[in-house]
Amino acid sequence: MSGPQLSLAIAVFLACAVEAVEAFTIVLAVGSTRKWSSALFGAAVAAVVLGILIAALGPALTVLPIGILRLVVGGLLLVFGLQWLRKAILRAGGAKALHDEAVAFQQESVAARRDALGEGVDSYSFAIAFKAVLLEGLEVAFIVLTFGANQHDVPLAALAAALAVVAVIAAGLVARAPLARVPENSVKFAVGVLLTTFGVFWGAEGAGASWPGGEAALPALALLILTGSWLMVRDLRAGRPQLAPEPS
Amino acid sequence: MRGAALGIWEFVVGDDWRVAFGIVVTLSATALIAALDLPAWWLSPIATLAILYWSVRRGSGRSRLMTK
Repeated sequence: MSGPQLSLAIAVFLACAVEAVEAFTIVLAVGSTRKWSSALFGAAVAAVVLGILIAALGPALTVLPIGILRLVVGGLLLVFGLQWLRKAILRAGGAKALHDEAVAFQQESVAARRDALGEGVDSYSFAIAFKAVLLEGLEVAFIVLTFGANQHDVPLAALAAALAVVAVIAAGLVARAPLARVPENSVKFAVGVLLTTFGVFWGAEGAGASWPGGEAALPALALLILTGSWLMVRDLRAGRPQLAPEPS
Repeated sequence: MRGAALGIWEFVVGDDWRVAFGIVVTLSATALIAALDLPAWWLSPIATLAILYWSVRRGSGRSRLMTK
């Protein structure tokens, strides 16, 4: 496995794991307070929709000329990467409250108990689980598609995403509770750095620039973005009290 | 239809449209410099950190960041 392929797999695995943790919390909340079968059915249907999206768009993206593909993919990865990084920096710096799975679980459970439980498929459990998995998974699906298409290895990206989901579900089954100990913000920070690094690299290449040293420039770029982000966190921390965790 | 368009906008552009706009400007400028046969690789990393800096600054509500 080459360096960029390994980075691709790590970025997709981490991005998928962190989104899977959030989706898992919601499915666990509605499943345990209402109806497990309906919640799992909703989650499974959403996973199938995401799979169809990747299977349909993956081959279409790979036939684009490499220059256009890198420009579009680089731009999209930059938009996503900077969104992840911005939130992670604000949270790490204390300017935005940290995401807390235990609090999110509590709030989802309270909301789930409000509606009356009917016979057959519980539409509330189905809808909430479906929406959670689809919305949390959509960004991951795009990361799988963009990274995979650019490296001409959508299957590797899809495999990394699937492994992350399996790992989160396994950890959840062992814990039998929301995965509150996962250092979500650190993972989001790492994913943000990786997405931004590849976004800068591929975006500039797609625009016609040539990197000194080719792919060897990637570690230097990652270090630069990491250092810049860390400096922003450090400065935010210097002037702010820490905020209480937030549910979402 | 309007809801779908808003959803796509929200998904792609996110909560700070200036970031997406800055990226479009950066990649366009990179393409322009490269078309003039000049080294263009340096622009994206610098512009990206600048875009992130301004976005974090707006998000934190601080008027000055990274200055003590």
